[in-house]
Amino acid sequence: MTIDGGTITRLFAAEDKVDTSPRVHDEVKYTTCYMCACRCGIKVHLKDGLIRYIEGNRDHPINRGVLCAKGAAGIMQHYSPARLSKPLLRVGERGQAEFKEIEWDEALSLAGKWLADIRATDPRKLAFFTGRDQSQALTGWWAAQFGTPNFAAHGGFCSVNMAAAGMYTIGGSFWEFGEPDWERTKYFLMFGVAEDHDSNPIKTGLSRLKERGTKFVSVNPVRTGYSAVADEWIGIRPGTDGLFVMALIHELLTADRVDLDYLARYTNAPWLVLHDPGTPEDGLFARDEAGNPLAWDAKRQQAVNALAPDISPRLVGEVALPDGRLAVPVFHLLAERYLDGRYAPSAVAVQCGISADTIRRIAAELAHAAFEQTIVLDQPWTDWAGRRHETMVGRPVAMHAMRGISAHSNGFHTCRAIHILQMLLGAIDTPGAWRYKAPFPRPCPPPGKPTGHADQVRPNRPMGGMPLGFPLGPEDLLVDADGTPRRIDKAFSWEAPLAAHGMMHMVIANAWKGDPYPIDTLFMYMANMAWNSAMNTSGTTAMLADKDPATGAYKIPHIIYSDAYFSEMVAYADLVLPDTTYLERWDCISILDRPICSAEGPADAIRQPVLKPDRDVRPFQDVLIDLGARLRLPGFVNADGSAKYPGFYPDYMVHHERKPGIGPLAGWRGANGDSHGAGPVNPKQLERYIENQCFWRYELPHDQLYYKHANKGYLETATRLGFLDKPTQIVLQLYSEPLQRFRLAARGHGPVQPPAAHKARVETYFDPLPIWYMPFEEEAVPTAAFPLHAVTQRPMPIYHSWGGQNAWLRQILGNNRLFVNRRTAEALGLGDDDWVWIISAHGRVKAQIRLMDGVNRDTVWTWNAIGKRAGAWNLSPDSPEATKGFLLNHAITELLPARADGHRYSNSDPVTGQAAWYDLRVRLEKLAAAEAGETAPRPPALKRLPGLPAPPDILRYGAETGERP
Amino acid sequence: MTGLPAPQPGQKKLGLVIDLDTCVGCHACAVSCKEWNAGGHSAPLPDHNPYAADATGVWFNRIHSFEAGDGEDSRTVHFPKSCLHCEQPACVEVCPTGASYKRAEDGIVLVNPDTCIGCKLCSWACPYGAREFDEDAGVMKKCTLCIDRIYNENLEEVERVPACVSTCPAHARHFGDLGDPNSEVSRLVAARGGVDLMPELGYRPVNKYLPPRPRKAAAANAPTRLEPAAQIGGNQLLRWLDRALSR
Repeated sequence: MTIDGGTITRLFAAEDKVDTSPRVHDEVKYTTCYMCACRCGIKVHLKDGLIRYIEGNRDHPINRGVLCAKGAAGIMQHYSPARLSKPLLRVGERGQAEFKEIEWDEALSLAGKWLADIRATDPRKLAFFTGRDQSQALTGWWAAQFGTPNFAAHGGFCSVNMAAAGMYTIGGSFWEFGEPDWERTKYFLMFGVAEDHDSNPIKTGLSRLKERGTKFVSVNPVRTGYSAVADEWIGIRPGTDGLFVMALIHELLTADRVDLDYLARYTNAPWLVLHDPGTPEDGLFARDEAGNPLAWDAKRQQAVNALAPDISPRLVGEVALPDGRLAVPVFHLLAERYLDGRYAPSAVAVQCGISADTIRRIAAELAHAAFEQTIVLDQPWTDWAGRRHETMVGRPVAMHAMRGISAHSNGFHTCRAIHILQMLLGAIDTPGAWRYKAPFPRPCPPPGKPTGHADQVRPNRPMGGMPLGFPLGPEDLLVDADGTPRRIDKAFSWEAPLAAHGMMHMVIANAWKGDPYPIDTLFMYMANMAWNSAMNTSGTTAMLADKDPATGAYKIPHIIYSDAYFSEMVAYADLVLPDTTYLERWDCISILDRPICSAEGPADAIRQPVLKPDRDVRPFQDVLIDLGARLRLPGFVNADGSAKYPGFYPDYMVHHERKPGIGPLAGWRGANGDSHGAGPVNPKQLERYIENQCFWRYELPHDQLYYKHANKGYLETATRLGFLDKPTQIVLQLYSEPLQRFRLAARGHGPVQPPAAHKARVETYFDPLPIWYMPFEEEAVPTAAFPLHAVTQRPMPIYHSWGGQNAWLRQILGNNRLFVNRRTAEALGLGDDDWVWIISAHGRVKAQIRLMDGVNRDTVWTWNAIGKRAGAWNLSPDSPEATKGFLLNHAITELLPARADGHRYSNSDPVTGQAAWYDLRVRLEKLAAAEAGETAPRPPALKRLPGLPAPPDILRYGAETGERP
Repeated sequence: MTGLPAPQPGQKKLGLVIDLDTCVGCHACAVSCKEWNAGGHSAPLPDHNPYAADATGVWFNRIHSFEAGDGEDSRTVHFPKSCLHCEQPACVEVCPTGASYKRAEDGIVLVNPDTCIGCKLCSWACPYGAREFDEDAGVMKKCTLCIDRIYNENLEEVERVPACVSTCPAHARHFGDLGDPNSEVSRLVAARGGVDLMPELGYRPVNKYLPPRPRKAAAANAPTRLEPAAQIGGNQLLRWLDRALSR
């Protein structure tokens, strides 16, 4: 700029020296993301030995090139100053985070000694719970080889209601085992989803729906994220989704707008249910001598094998069987129940907070999409009975549901009700509907029962099967003769019979109390149970640090914990085994575990080490395999006692066979790598995966893409690939006979019956058709004292406390507010930015509020896992996560109020044991200015662990890899 | 004060088209932008107090989530915002050193760090708040439209788009030449009624926003309620008794 005679001369820039083609990497490595549970394929670009950037893999079936905020922030996760650097041994008291660094040999010897002592005496004294584990096929098998039934991952407080309801009803489930037909659906109904399940596929799918003009309805108390872009947001009152769905069913039945052909062919609608009150078979299916269920054939006027093709089943009407007993078809019972006026829209509207007209209109829209916009694909296929069909007929209504349904004490039945709605519309695995992802569908429920009966748990012996499974009746429960739970978490007991994912949320409380028995060692992995993963966080940390006054010993004698980071839980461990980051390890995303398949075909994937650890850390799975060999667990040693997998996890991934030909990875099996699904071990299997961008995928032919539960071609493919034992039709279960078996036991039938104290509860909640009941906490606490629901949801950019410590992500959301409906706040005399006590029947939390319109008026909510304990995660104690960020968990109890006899059930779904943390009821009390400004409770700051660096004041990431000419 | 290149007929105007109908506010674009650009043309994008209170860093792309409207009529909006590469960029015109400039060949607004004196006049002038000051280096930084990606011969052709576009899971971001009325982005803007941000200010932003599509309050042609089916003898179940079905 020059000033010339008083005027300013305009100056033109000398063009910058822009290098438009800088070198972007020295090397690209493919692997699988672990920044949430979505498991997208990623390309990690390395430059000068550092990560230059991470991007989505365009060829990957999950994310097709896109990547979310978490995935892109993987750099900061990898280089986090909160990474543990060496094994630690506690030297102070639990909770004080005083440790000394030790060598791995010492750490493994110590762990080995504790574990060997337990195994030689009572294997149940090991409780091994693995949190957000993506290697449960290994960890569960390790527990079985060790001989303890006390194993589970985090599903009990995440989504077991969805998994169990799906498995017992349709042999699949939302999210991991199924997906909407994004390309074809004409109406999409989404229930209370947490924004991360599925992360990228849902975002991409929603965008496709909007492009195609498909209506998207979101049923969710909170209007953020996906709900913000919905065509219609239905701000339902939490915990009433089941009633809403039953009212939709009522409308469809009343109008006779249900797909009877689909029901007759693919569901148990025609199966005859014995009506024989007082007998041990009342409510079970009428069966022939071979055990086949019976249906009434309208043409032949007799009871026939319901599984036979070409019968003409009747769906209503009581019939007399040859033995004189009376029976009615399942559909008859179902219609009778939901035609009842108590499920009419007008009867449920107030409870749900949705107008009756809205409910009626949604029902009409569902019917319109299913029956007036039917899709017919010119795609011949052959059904289970070998009959060729020229077209595939689709009812293009898709649904999705997750945490908002799952985390209520009525979630199991609500999820089953949603599946029944889908079936009535003919909208399970038909074009435009919700579709199974391989290896699903599986039988309802899949084979495999929980292991841990008295004769299966013996010193120094493996159990005969896996700890977790699907009970079919009372005989499969893990209880002693007097009904006492055999597992430390009381999963598969009368208190939670179908606890298919275990009950991690109860382990610490039960172990502390010695109920049903004391344990010796609590061994946990990647589960922040001393903070955001616990219900009753303050109480849980007190239990972890509590001592027996008589002996001065900790009530939970040993705690071993493995994590990659300085999470709050580390402070409570006696022995810390530092894990690697996700970019430093091998992993397998296995079909035996939680696969990444899609409706188009099965798939699995690996992680490969992208960088070498610069710390003295080891992948947890390597450590577990090492411990297995040290303990000489049968599956982990050869006959001569030598380690079976000396190369640790990658060795196991290639060479382990669960049964002949079936291993952790399905791709490129066989000596030449030309077998897929099942086949002999291929020593070069990992090389093949790396050559193929770290994933394997099998594309199903077009005639196998729908009707998988009844599609001969698909069922045969699934059998060949090892997903099914035989290619028989999977009949969808409107009416759930296993539930009735528990109910009959409660009525005094059969060899295994609930103790008297549990009978009424089992009788009530094991209804073979879905029921709705008020969530337990709402029922237990006075409405006037606790008038509001309080729920949490996960922010899209942050996954648990692991994501919240990330230098980039914490700038997006470093402290959470409590969101309150503007009118509700007005009525309470609250204004934006006020501080309040959030008070529940159990505890209270101090928080700052923010007003909004887009939330149900009876509901307050916040982002979960943002609040952190001061000092944890190597964050400065003055960080907003510690001073203002808060956890609702402090206000949530893990136990329901005592009954008259003093017994306290866990705060869980009575069928599955799913933690009911969305049942929370609260009131708000405004804080005086003097009390405002900081959250409470605030436990004392943790000091920095040995080996952790002082974090930088300025992060100049990229300064080394950036290039300017 | 810095001048602008003379307008040319058929001028190439590279920019972004951002779809507010599908943006779910996930921040993928913001973080992907951060990771690419941290090591890119403007490297680094420093973060102050990254592990303490008052963490604040340089971000070229930020997402603003807010509610618009009142009560029942309100809606939640997720609004990503970065430099709009205006045709009349005030930020360039106020630059006293010529460090801020608009490229003649594609319209991208850049800052030359060698001549930027960190006076911040440009950030005061930008009505969109799209400039980012690097306190550490004392220079202004901003969205480069990933100038080190879009022409980068070391990348596959399909990858030569800004990082935010490449990563967006909701496909809410599009990149192209808005100077060419026949380009895909121009056609998208025309089809969806794309708008300028605050056009009344006259800076003529190149980036466009696609407004939310009209909400489908009722599904097309669907009735608002179902009519009850005829009953036989007052019993709703009887209507199904003689329905001929086969398995």
